[in-house]
Formats: sequence, structure tokens, C-alpha cells
Amino acid sequence: MLLEIKDLKASINGKQILKGVNLNVNRGEIHAIMGPNGNGKSTLASVIAGKEMFKVDGGQVRYKDKNLFDLNVEERACEGIFLGFQYPVEIPGVSITSFMRAAVNEQRKYKGLDPMDAFAFMKYMEEKQALVGMTDKLANRSVNEGFSGGEKKKNEIFQMAMLQPELAILDETDSGLDIDALRIVAGGVNKLANKDNAIIVITHYQRLLDYIVPDFVHVLADGKIVKTGTKELAKELEEKGYDWLKDHDSGK
Amino acid sequence: MQAKSVKKQKEQDEILKEITRNDYEWGFETAVATHTLKKGLNEDVVREISRLKGEPDYMLDFRLKAFRQWQKMKEPTWGHFEHAPIDFQDIVYYAAPEKASDNPLDNIDPELLETFKKLGIELDESKELPKVAVDAIMDSVSVKTMYSEELAKQGIIFCSISEAIKNHPDLIRQYLGSVVPAGDNYYSALNAAVFSDGSFVYIPKGVRCPMELSSYFRINAKESGQFERTLIIADEGAYVSYMEGCTAPMRDKNQLHAAVVEIVVLKDAEVKYSTVQNWYPGDKEGKGGIYNFVTKRGICKGSRAKLSWTQVETGSAITWKYPSIILKGDHSTGEFYSVAVTNHRQQADTGTKMIHIGQNTSSTIVSKGVSAGESQNSYRGLVKVMPNATGARNFSRCDSLLMGNRCGAHTWPDMQCQNDSAVIEHEATTSRISEEKLFYCRQRGLSEESAVSLIVNGYAKDVLNQLPMEFAAEAQKLLSVSLEGSVG
Repeated sequence: MLLEIKDLKASINGKQILKGVNLNVNRGEIHAIMGPNGNGKSTLASVIAGKEMFKVDGGQVRYKDKNLFDLNVEERACEGIFLGFQYPVEIPGVSITSFMRAAVNEQRKYKGLDPMDAFAFMKYMEEKQALVGMTDKLANRSVNEGFSGGEKKKNEIFQMAMLQPELAILDETDSGLDIDALRIVAGGVNKLANKDNAIIVITHYQRLLDYIVPDFVHVLADGKIVKTGTKELAKELEEKGYDWLKDHDSGK
Repeated sequence: MQAKSVKKQKEQDEILKEITRNDYEWGFETAVATHTLKKGLNEDVVREISRLKGEPDYMLDFRLKAFRQWQKMKEPTWGHFEHAPIDFQDIVYYAAPEKASDNPLDNIDPELLETFKKLGIELDESKELPKVAVDAIMDSVSVKTMYSEELAKQGIIFCSISEAIKNHPDLIRQYLGSVVPAGDNYYSALNAAVFSDGSFVYIPKGVRCPMELSSYFRINAKESGQFERTLIIADEGAYVSYMEGCTAPMRDKNQLHAAVVEIVVLKDAEVKYSTVQNWYPGDKEGKGGIYNFVTKRGICKGSRAKLSWTQVETGSAITWKYPSIILKGDHSTGEFYSVAVTNHRQQADTGTKMIHIGQNTSSTIVSKGVSAGESQNSYRGLVKVMPNATGARNFSRCDSLLMGNRCGAHTWPDMQCQNDSAVIEHEATTSRISEEKLFYCRQRGLSEESAVSLIVNGYAKDVLNQLPMEFAAEAQKLLSVSLEGSVG
């Protein structure tokens, strides 16, 4: 198993957000986590990536048979965890190209590999640019500076392609996307998904799931996964909303 | 959880140890026989310096006049920094490595060559790959000036100022003190009285200097001050790019560096002056370090003259420095690009003055401050448009980047405009390296230190881009090193 989450509890500023999440993810799977806003979807992503403002209060997370909490943020990244940000930050003066070069080479260093030389890197980058339709013009701009919502998300998917994660968590990757950009992002995800990696897509709407077909759909409500199903569940949610699940849950 | 925090603590200790070890890699000392004068300053010392240097009488007069002015002056106190009073009688004013001379390499103490080699300065002309002519200065004297002969073929003079005083008295008499008069300020007066060496550059009419010229300043002797004096003259239509670097050993006691740089740019000429200042900044508690009290000023004397200052300031316990430009010629251009980084207990008060006198003169100021630790970082700038400077333009941009919450960033822009047609623009921002930004970078696999380095280099890019290629990589590395240990 790639990722095994057991009874995970986490809080921020003393407020408990995750109240016992259980989730198993195998290689080769695409999972969708849905649910109303403010119920812990992004928190779950942040805790897995290691964001320090969240406090883990209990439970276990094993990743590649290691205790995830023994690894710091960059170690988790180098071990293949990638977070596609809901709100990617701007880094003025640093082009996407140099940002990726630094990241790729630092991850290579972690794995005991030599840094890629400039020529090999440019070739590698070209290949990945083509995959997600990122132009040279965009790649030479400062990371996310003055990017439209769609460009930001495209950049996230591009970075995912560059870093070839084993576990990619895409947080609200469909927010702020027009329909064409949505297709590009979803197309990128579909091209990047393979039998050796796993992708967790966090989304509020069913819309993205028209383009990305998940193996599992989970509903995260009030800090817990309250229902798990197939992609049919997403359709049901689209029609009925989330309320019926909450009632269902409290009735247990 | 307990185990995790213990592990984290251990990690932090490790990192801290490493950082302390690598802190200032230029902090070594060279064991070389040094000729020093006794501590203290009086008229006899001034005379002795002049005598030791075998100077003609006109120079001794210049020095004595400056010394008498200095005696009547008081230290400026308006800078935004604090230090214990400086005892000017407790400083050695002349220290010379004994075997230093401008003779062929074999006459130079191998220890000296080794020192400069350690600093990345190769003084052997046969070995230098990218052609950069270096004037290497240790304590009070120039150790070696490279490529002088080759440059002389085009009429370019590149030598130590001591030699210029002897061999080119006409140029020295005409220009020395013409941009920064001895009595300009306390430290310029002190410098004029006791300066020991520095570089001299003259580019004749219409000549484009074929290589980068560079000075490397090194303080080695204990308790000595360094008072260097540089004079650059670009005659009509000439061009030169000049770079300056500096380091010093780590010592507990503060050392004074009071330099004067004067630049004269005549009609249609252009001078680019780049500095990477990396004097020893003192330790984390603020003990030791160089007091860098420097007066740098250039004049665009003729029409369409252009001067640009680019500085990367990472060292020194205190920096007090305002490279300025007098825009006298019509259509002349002045530029100031600066990155000043302060960490731990460093204090920097730096900026520029742009004095618009000629018509249609233009100036650009880009200042990027980075403060970390408990440091104080100030930008102080003056843009002055005189009544006749019709069509003058200035654009200023002053940004501050803060790391942590114990440092300070301050901006004191002063704009004085006496001509209605002038256009002056000023932009300023203050930002901090947020947790969000660091997290984003770290999530891609960058360590915290690499992330900071990347963010700071991006922030300073507009300035770093102005540096000559040979310098840019070094400057980038220096920015990262200076900020080590500033996060977490």
C-alpha cells in the first residue's frame, strides 16, 4: 500500500478539523475526495504534505511503509509526495524554468543522483511542456506572478509532470479554470496517471470528474470520511447535495 | 511526538553547527611580515605615510591640508546605526606586507599569492581564463596590478594610485579631490589625510576598455584601518566596466574601512562600477566586524555621459555608504542598483544621491534591502533637481524584504525639486518571506535554505542582472551564504 491513513486527527489553533480520517490508497489508483467547503479537505492535503501550522493530534499515516511524520516537508516531496496547490504563491524574479531546475536537481540530490546538466534539463522540460501545453513564454515568466487562475493551475500540473510524484494530491485543481483549461489540466492528469503512482483529486464539484475518472470517490464531511463509493457516487452528490449524507452519518 | 521533537531539535543543532562553521569562509589570516606604523594619528604620522610612499610635495600638502580640516570636524551622527565611540588614536594607519611590490610575480611573497588564490583571485596573468585585470590590494598597499602593460598599448592607465601620484601627476592634480573634496565629510577628510593605496584608472578619448578592470581589497593586519582611494577617469567617448571586491579576516575588534572613490565621466563616456562588498560582518552577537564608512561619488561632466553604480552589500558590521552621481552634462544618465543584505546584528545605512544639474538628465534608482536576524537595514536617498535641470527625470524603486520579526527596514527618500518640468517617480514596497512561500518551495523538494536563497535571488534579480557576468554568480552565492541561519 502506498498511503495508509488511520484515524487521523489534526487541528489548527486549537480547533479540531480532522476528526479521525481513514483512507487507503494503492498505486495505480485515482481517488476523488469531495465534500462541502470547510470540512477538512484542504487540511487533509496540507497535513499529508507536512504544513507545520497544522497540529497532528492523533492517528497514523504510513507512506511507502514509513511513518510519514518522521519526514519533514522537503523529505516528503523528495519521497514523491506532490501537492497541487489551491492557491499557488508568486515568486517574483524566479522563472518557472529556474524554479523547476532547482527542484528537480534537489530531488535528484536526495536520491543520490547527479544534477541534470542544462542541455538535458531543457530537453526534459520541453517534453513535459508539450504534455500540458505550457508555452515557452509562460515557462520564462516568474512563478505565478500575474498568472490567470488557469495559468496557475496549468503551472501546478506542469510541475507535477516535471517532478513525477508517486503520490499527487491535487487540491481544488479545478477551481478557477475555464472549460478549455479544465480539459488541459484533466488531460495532463490522465496522461500522468500510471500503474506506479496514485492521484488524489480534491474537488468541490463533480465537473472535474467528467474528465478525470476516479476509481474511488470519498465524501469528507465534518472531519471524517463519511462515505466511499465509485464515480456514481459523485453523480449522486451532484444531484442531491451533501446534506443527506450528514443525516445519514449522524443516524449511525 | 516526543521523539519527533527531539529529532527536530537534534537536526537544528546540526544545522546550526554547520552554519557556524561555514559562516565567513574568507575569515582566515595570512602570516606575512608586515611593516606597520605605531597606532595613532597626528601630523607626523601623515608625513611619515607620505614619506614611506615616496610622494612628491604636492601630495604631502594635499594630505596635511586634509588632516587639518579633519581635526576641526566631528563624526556624523545622523546615520541609523549605533556603535561605541571610535578611538581614532587606537588605529594603525599604515600596514604594508613587506615584500609587496609591482615587480614580476617571483618578487611577491608566495603567501600573498596564496592568499589571493584562496579568495579566488588568480594573479598569474598566464592562468587567468576570462580576462579580468585585477589590482590586488592588501592592507595599505597594492600587491600587484595585472595586464598594465597590455592595457598601456591602448593608452589605458591602470595602476595603483601610489604609482599614479608619481607617474601621472597632471591627472592626479587635476582630478584627485575634484569630486569628493577632502572636506566633504569627516571620513573623506580622514581618508585624504592618510589614504595609503587604491586603484587609478584613466581611459583615453574614444577608447573602449577591452577587459573588465577590478580591484580586490583585503584587510589582513590586526588593528589597522584601511583607507583606500580610487580614482577613475573616462575621457570623452571612453568606456570602462570596473568591479570591486573585498574581504577581511574574522577578528573580535572592529576595524575601520574608510574609502573614497571618485569617478569622472566626460562627454559621451560611460563607466559601470560594480561592488561586491563582503567585509567581515562580525559574529552573531555583533562582536567584531568592519565599519565600512565610504564616500563614493561620480560626476557626469559632459553631455550624454553615463555612470552606473551597482552594489551588492552583504558584509560589514556597519555600512555607511551612498554612491552618488552629479549629473552636470546635458542628457547625462545616472543609475544606482543596490542589494543590501543584513543578518544577525549588522547595520546598514545606504542609498544614493542623484543631483540633476544639466538639462534632460535622467536617473534610475533601484534599491533592494533584505533584513534578517536582529539587523537594521536603511535606505537613504536624495533626488535633487536644480533650477536649470529642465526635463530632468528620476525613477526610484525601493523595496524591503523582511525575514523574521526582530529586524528592521527603514526608508528615507528625500526629493527636492526646483524645476517644474521635472518628473520624479518613487515606488516602494515592503514584504516578507512568508511561511506560505517557503512551504510552496519546500513542497517541491527545496530545503529551507535553498528556498530562501531562491526567493532572495529572485527578489534581487533586477540588480544582479546589472552585474558583469564574472561577478553575478559570486554575488548570488554570497546572498545565500549571508542569509544562512536566518530562518527557522
